[in-house]
Amino acid sequence: MTPEAVFFVLFALGAVGGSAGVLLSRQPINSAISLVVSFFFLAGLYVLLSAHFLAVLQILVYAGAIMVLFVFVLMLLNLRSGELGRGKLTVTRLLGVGFAGASCYVLASSMLGSSVAGTRLWGGSVPAQFGTVRPLGLRLMTEYVLPFEMASVLLLVGIVGAVVVAKRRL
Amino acid sequence: MMTIPVGWYLALSAVLFTIGAVGVLVRRNAIVLFMCVEIMLNAANLAFVAFSRAHNDTGGHLFAFMVIAVAAAEAGIGLAIIVNVFRHNRGLEVDGLNLMRH
Repeated sequence: MTPEAVFFVLFALGAVGGSAGVLLSRQPINSAISLVVSFFFLAGLYVLLSAHFLAVLQILVYAGAIMVLFVFVLMLLNLRSGELGRGKLTVTRLLGVGFAGASCYVLASSMLGSSVAGTRLWGGSVPAQFGTVRPLGLRLMTEYVLPFEMASVLLLVGIVGAVVVAKRRL
Repeated sequence: MMTIPVGWYLALSAVLFTIGAVGVLVRRNAIVLFMCVEIMLNAANLAFVAFSRAHNDTGGHLFAFMVIAVAAAEAGIGLAIIVNVFRHNRGLEVDGLNLMRH
């Protein structure tokens, strides 16, 4: 195996393991920590895909900002163990898992059937500045300027909405 | 020189998306539900970046960038709603949210 493949397997196992930890752990705080672990491994996968800027963004925004928000709310609510709850294995849940397995099959088969799925990735074929700040910023400010501004409006709406929803009395 | 096919990344993305979907269907704690939604968004991001690398086109990175912005807004508002729900009925079980039914 090439070093690239070794790192891919390592990061993939980490990402899947972290996500499974979110699903399986009993305490929500453990779920949050597992999710942070999963995000770090995903950032490693982005580096393997030469998406350097997105890898940094993943750690800064996801593992940094969003997860701090989650952990903050978990600490704020201070759940007692009676409120955690762990359901029994019901028919509905089995149906849910079966449905999810079917959707995984459909997703994987449709994506693996795409024309680029067999494309082999290696470092030599990637343009020099691929995935760094400069080309992304240039495209964001020219070709994708409207979505970029819409994202800023969306974040503004998010800020105002969070204040309006969470405040007891305005 | 043997290297990784894009298909591996796509398969991993499908597996991560499925884990997130199972979480949304199986777990009952509202905050853990939100975390599972984040996993699904990340799976979509991974597929975007993998396709972007396969085509040598940074458009997919910009899509992933937008997804991260949407996820941030969603987490902010969603957690505000969760705080309100917790104040209202002293728990985070989504099964207990049946106010509209009565």
